[in-house]
Amino acid sequence: MTLNILWFIFIAILYTGFFVLEGFDFGVGILLPFLGKNDLQRRMIINTIGPHWDGNEVWLITAGGATFAAFPNWYATMFSGFYIPLFLILIGLIIRGVAFEFRGMDDNPRWRNLWDWCLFAGSLVPTILFPIAFSNMVRGIPIDGKMQYVGGFINLLNPYALLAALAVTLLILLHGASFLSIKATGEIEHKAKELVRWLWLLVVLMLVIFLVTSFIITGVLHRLNVLLILIPLLEVLAILIAGYFLRKGHHGRAFLMTSLTIVFVIFTIFTFLYPRVMVSSLNPDWSLTIQNAASSARTLRLMTIVTLIFLPIVLLYQAWTYWIFRKRITSDAEKLTY
Amino acid sequence: MDVLLLARIQFAITIIYHFFFVPLTLGLSLVVAILETIYVSTGKEMYKRLTKFWGKLLLINFAMGVVTGIVQEFQFGMSWSEYSRFVGDIFGAPLAIEALVAFFLESTFLGVWIFGWDKLSKGLHVTTMWLVAISSNISAIWILIANAFMQHPVGYTITDGRAELTNFSQVIFNLPIFSHYPHVFSAGLVTVAFFMLGISAYHLLRQNEIDLFRPSFRMAAIIGVIGTVLVGLIGHTQGQEINQTQPMKLASLEALFNTENPASLSIITIKNPFTDELVLDLRIPGALSFMEYNRFTGEVKGINQLQAQYEGQYGAGDYVPPPVITYWSFRAMVGAGLLMILISLIALFVDLRNLYGKFLWFLKLLPFAIALPYLANTTGWVLTEVGRFPWVVYGLVKLQDGVSKAVSGGMLLTSLIGFILVYGLLIFTTVYLMLKFAKAGPKVAAEVPEEFTPSIINPPESQ
Repeated sequence: MTLNILWFIFIAILYTGFFVLEGFDFGVGILLPFLGKNDLQRRMIINTIGPHWDGNEVWLITAGGATFAAFPNWYATMFSGFYIPLFLILIGLIIRGVAFEFRGMDDNPRWRNLWDWCLFAGSLVPTILFPIAFSNMVRGIPIDGKMQYVGGFINLLNPYALLAALAVTLLILLHGASFLSIKATGEIEHKAKELVRWLWLLVVLMLVIFLVTSFIITGVLHRLNVLLILIPLLEVLAILIAGYFLRKGHHGRAFLMTSLTIVFVIFTIFTFLYPRVMVSSLNPDWSLTIQNAASSARTLRLMTIVTLIFLPIVLLYQAWTYWIFRKRITSDAEKLTY
Repeated sequence: MDVLLLARIQFAITIIYHFFFVPLTLGLSLVVAILETIYVSTGKEMYKRLTKFWGKLLLINFAMGVVTGIVQEFQFGMSWSEYSRFVGDIFGAPLAIEALVAFFLESTFLGVWIFGWDKLSKGLHVTTMWLVAISSNISAIWILIANAFMQHPVGYTITDGRAELTNFSQVIFNLPIFSHYPHVFSAGLVTVAFFMLGISAYHLLRQNEIDLFRPSFRMAAIIGVIGTVLVGLIGHTQGQEINQTQPMKLASLEALFNTENPASLSIITIKNPFTDELVLDLRIPGALSFMEYNRFTGEVKGINQLQAQYEGQYGAGDYVPPPVITYWSFRAMVGAGLLMILISLIALFVDLRNLYGKFLWFLKLLPFAIALPYLANTTGWVLTEVGRFPWVVYGLVKLQDGVSKAVSGGMLLTSLIGFILVYGLLIFTTVYLMLKFAKAGPKVAAEVPEEFTPSIINPPESQ
């Protein structure tokens, strides 16, 4: 039982790693065509995330693989149930991933423009669709007694999910702009700093609306406990402190706070879910839980050992890469790699 | 539309496409690491240029491998969810470990390598490429461990209608892995060898940068000879492993309809699909027994006998993989392999004797020979996977029991068309870029930042 809880937390951590890290490079990708007025500016923007986006994306792959290993039924129901959104996410990640490499390989402006928009679309689509998937998991979707999703794609596009998509997309934009404000120089840094100031207010507003709606719609009010109140509170606190740092002009600290906000957004969703992993709207007994969706204790033990050894190592060397590439990106074209 | 058929077509297309890129990454990352090591230890500028040139082509290839790999990991759950439920307890672990142990390393350090030329010491920089090369291979091992469970399930019991892990070391040290990984690794060597031979020959013919492409040619020829011979030897042991684990696959790829002892090897077998009569059946007596037992006697079971045996064992049904596919993909693979041994030997001979001038025709052929490893890599996996028919997990889960229930034919058709369109456009782009940079040679690759300085820029305001 403790192993199942531990793995529920591990999965939450892996998705958190994904949304915090890939979150800012998604945000930067979406902002790219709007903040970059010419090729050099766009190259600068891409170079701020150039060394990191691929390593960041592995958090998603690991989260998917870990869900498969630790909760096969969760993986099976979620991935087959969200078939169309995941297909669109895959297409997005494909065109985005190659855009980084391919963009700079030809200097035809139309070629570059094409890949810029691929980077934009490939960042935007997952940013919108992941919150749609996660909000549906916690809100409840038609899952039958055999753990099969029996609703269609349109069912997933309910108002609550769209609200989640809007709130999270704004948060990701704030997070990305916040990253640019500490990594870019010149006009881009300036524009990013301007953007975070008014984006912040929108994000606060939308996050609060989303939280209040979540409390009402998920039925969590009937089973409140300390964590269910504490974690959403921390989420609100984090975004408020981010605003404080923005006003003070401490953009590095503001970025840390938008990161923390994302951490608590994911943790809020997972706390609302617990002990279920996918909520059935048809019958509470048909929900997938950390028990009925899980692997055997032997597999969970094995995966626990592997994760406890390797996850800290991954964190160490990824942190090291951020240290290596800590300098701001300047407009010196000679020094740009992409 | 038939969900099962669409799911199979989609998996086949996406996995074949993904495996276009994998072997070259395995081999080329190693080559780039070796070249950069030589640069670091000798300090000769030419090796830095070679590193950058071949590294550039590696990056294009790597990007495609990464993005098509994500599709594979998601696809088990998306269109094969019932399979995922059944095997998740065992099959999920190697996939998760692959991501955690290898893929993180690979992706993170490739980013550091690309951007780290002037930020890291030379020694540290070359280390990052070694980490990429090593972790790519560790990735391959874990993926093949997962695949080995599908070919030859071990270390499990069936509990509550699913396979549960009983012994993880059995899963890791599963019989097929001992031939599959070396086979894939040496196929990676062969792929990079022919890739380099073709491109080097192209430049040597045009007298471009001979001082760079002669060493590349020699390196490729040596790797080619080693790789092709290794692949053949390992393939031989793999054939014997298949006889133990999946006799039906062997019978099907040899078009051996009835059990024989000593068993004959087919030179060419053609069957009339309408009358089921053999039109042509040319065989070497005893040769198949030799392949399987290293002596000229020994029983090899035939398709008819195995079909009867499996009906008794697993119930009524078709247990014969389509021999047209297995038989011809095997012959295409082996044929390409033999041809590549020959070409590698000639290439090495030409280089060692310095006969480039007399072998112009050979140099002209080499760029086209780049297709050969791709043919062999693809047909090899087609044989391995189609030959497992009708099983997803051999002897445990049939295809129709593995496919998703929540997914409709319309959804699968949508994604199938989507993948075909995107993959189709991307293969054009990839080939275009590969050709462009391969033909342009090291000059461009080394001068990338300068070359891409945009000509018309508004000077940005800097603070």
